[in-house]
Amino acid sequence: MKLRYLVIALIVLSIVSLFIGASSIRIFDIFSMTELQTQIFIQSRIPRLISIVIAGASMAIAGLIMQQLTRNKFVSPTTAGTMDSARLGILVSLLIFTSASPMQQALTAFVFALLGTFVFMKILDNIKFKDAIFIPLVGIMFGNIIGSITTFFAYRHDLIQSITAWLQGDFSMIMSGRYELLYLSVPILFIAYFFANKFTIAGMGEEFAINLGLNHKQVVNIGLIIVALVTAVVVLTVGVIPFLGLIIPNIVSIYQGDNLKKNLPHTALLGAVFVLFCDILGRVVIYPYEIPIGLTVGVIGSGVFIYLLLRRRQYA
Amino acid sequence: MIKIKNLTKKFGEKPVVKDVSVHIQKGKITSFIGPNGAGKSTLLSAVSRLIKHDIGEIFIEDKEIKKWKNNDLSKKIAILRQSNFLNVRLTVRELISFGRFPYSQGRLTEEDWQHVEEAIEFMDLHDLQDSFLDELSGGQRQRAFIAMVIAQDTEYILLDEPLNNLDMKHAVQIMKILRRLVDELGKTVIIVLHDINFASFYSDYIVALKDGKIIKQGPTDEIIDQVNLKEIYDMDIPIRTIDQCKVCVYFA
Amino acid sequence: MRSRTKLIILFVIALILIGLFLLTDLSFNWDYVLPRRTMKILAIILTGCAIAFSTVVFQTITNNRILTPSIIGLDSLYLLIQTFIIFAFGSAHMTLMNQHVNFIISVILMVIFALLLYHFLFKREGQNIYFLLLIGIIFGTFFNSLAEFMQVLIDPNEFQVVQDRMFASFNNVNTDLFNISLILMVLAALYFLRFAKYLDVMALGKDHAINLGVNYDSVVKQMLVVVAIMISVATVLVGPITFLGLLVANVAYQFLKTYRHRDLILGAMLISVIALVGGQFIVERVFTFTTTISVIINFIGGVYFIYLLLRESRA
Repeated sequence: MKLRYLVIALIVLSIVSLFIGASSIRIFDIFSMTELQTQIFIQSRIPRLISIVIAGASMAIAGLIMQQLTRNKFVSPTTAGTMDSARLGILVSLLIFTSASPMQQALTAFVFALLGTFVFMKILDNIKFKDAIFIPLVGIMFGNIIGSITTFFAYRHDLIQSITAWLQGDFSMIMSGRYELLYLSVPILFIAYFFANKFTIAGMGEEFAINLGLNHKQVVNIGLIIVALVTAVVVLTVGVIPFLGLIIPNIVSIYQGDNLKKNLPHTALLGAVFVLFCDILGRVVIYPYEIPIGLTVGVIGSGVFIYLLLRRRQYA
Repeated sequence: MIKIKNLTKKFGEKPVVKDVSVHIQKGKITSFIGPNGAGKSTLLSAVSRLIKHDIGEIFIEDKEIKKWKNNDLSKKIAILRQSNFLNVRLTVRELISFGRFPYSQGRLTEEDWQHVEEAIEFMDLHDLQDSFLDELSGGQRQRAFIAMVIAQDTEYILLDEPLNNLDMKHAVQIMKILRRLVDELGKTVIIVLHDINFASFYSDYIVALKDGKIIKQGPTDEIIDQVNLKEIYDMDIPIRTIDQCKVCVYFA
Repeated sequence: MRSRTKLIILFVIALILIGLFLLTDLSFNWDYVLPRRTMKILAIILTGCAIAFSTVVFQTITNNRILTPSIIGLDSLYLLIQTFIIFAFGSAHMTLMNQHVNFIISVILMVIFALLLYHFLFKREGQNIYFLLLIGIIFGTFFNSLAEFMQVLIDPNEFQVVQDRMFASFNNVNTDLFNISLILMVLAALYFLRFAKYLDVMALGKDHAINLGVNYDSVVKQMLVVVAIMISVATVLVGPITFLGLLVANVAYQFLKTYRHRDLILGAMLISVIALVGGQFIVERVFTFTTTISVIINFIGGVYFIYLLLRESRA
């Protein structure tokens, strides 16, 4: 698949996305919009599109980085406890600061996501048996444990309602003024591109990296910080989008091989296209209602993951 | 007597055993030998109904294996596979008592326990009978499993590479036990062996397989012969006779 | 200590906890409270027994101690089937009669799916246990997401309400279906009795079981049918509790230290009842309802699961 097909798909889907919704705005209305239409367009449709593209691209990249660092195709923010840790962070920020500002929430979520991922990496270090299947299994369970801690405290403090909102990714609440935090991910993506080769080397193992004159710890840390930051921001603004960081890099590597630098733009674009597609699907199926993106991606994502697992089995 | 007629077994598309016919003599030790992937273990598994064969017939005492009732067959024929890893923690005695399941369905009678005692006696496991299996060495564990098969009191005993992972001393010990089973208790033993010299020293008949087909079968003395071995293993193996036993010198 | 003594101790503890649950804080209108509590506790006991039973049997026939029916997603599958039936026939027909019909259809579908799953996943030789686990967990997620997806489709406006009304949880025990669940469970248990003697032998593994005269494939299939029925019963009464089976089965193995399934199953059932009734008692009276017991069980179970995984991977 050529890069330009992905770009075309992205543009087409973006246009479709802009003109779907409860209040109808048709494409040839664009030069003669009523005030209300203009307002919906600027306040809701465009922010939604931007947030979808950023969230999709950055979650996919975060997954790719994790896979490079652990040298395991099935590790991603969903299967390493990063998402669940970010959610726990949001809950904690709600408990500590009575009315937390988005910045405070983001910071706490980030710190927790980072801590959670670190703990997971530490567990990995202590596993001698590095089976490709075994590691995501431990990661998923680790995430479940953190998830049940979150639920427990949410119950105690009557915050279940707000915490479920972050459980299920949802773009319908995105409006201008509530998504700008996502822009933080954009510069991060460029940093990721800059470090791409180093992540690959770091993934080969500490000794290997040091032999090539690389500061192994530093590179791994930068990678984890990027992942944690992206995840925290996305979970806070959109909610959990499961499996995205897992399936997109895998699909890209199936048709493209494993050259990280070459794969980065593909992964980012495909991530955006995939989320955009799922979002449109969720908005069309029960029009004028919509299905939260977390659910749509959950169904398709887990299905694709099963396919990937079975496929790997055949070739192994 | 066990008669195998035109047996074929495929895994997927790939035939592992091709059109094999063998007669196995009662009251003797018959060894299956051959290079890796020759289909020895598969053939043994088919005879013991652990896997179902595709084409052909297997007669055990003139009755086709598929016509036997499972429980009746388990009083006639016993099989011991290579890997005997257990998920449950059992003592040696408990394990051996499982050999009586075909007769007692789990409720052991006086007579059943009698058989268990005899098996313990035969395998010299008296001192170990209350130890847990996971506390034993490889050789001891193998003896415990063989004791279970003895308690099962079948005419035919099938073993798939029982010497795997055993040192010389224990390997010889096991082979002597099998010899005694045949000579003293009148059992029929069929065994898959890797080491040609164990086959040469202890078995009465040898069946040699290669690429899923039988290429030689007959009394041990006839099979152990430089020309035959060349055909079976694609190796020139000189044979020396020491104390009237043929030793295959395959190291050089 | 012999197994019998241990079982008696467990039985006494279970009885005390049930008594505590029924009789503490009985206010003056006990003739109203007591029948309700009794019904609730009966449903919980039935669930606990069904989960314990199905887990031990399932672990024996699959020959491992980490996989459980819940972990590989069977209870999520049950929820999916339920949702699908409501989705196909409309939620308006949620009368009691229809509930029974739905339940029976769901159980039948569950049995079919369990057999298919066995055919495709377990029957192949040499399957890696971790692979089965991961596939199972992801299947669970898949079934769950699909079920929720359909729930949104059924009633997008009141998705949460639909979910609460249609599906049982610990604070919302489904007592309407208690009788039919009980009948199904007793029938399944009676049917199972014929095969009970095979369990000890099957724990030795497939090869040994066949060698000792067990008609392996057929027995495994029939036991899976029983397991599928038990899981359906447990899920319809109080909803899914992922790690309960794993916990109680392994605690039973550790505590009883026997290979005899008669004792193991009985022990696991008692431990399960103790965990659920005791847990529910603590949740209702100590935390006063601010949390649900499945959260606590999933937390403990998750930690224990990782411990088991790490231990197994070292062996």
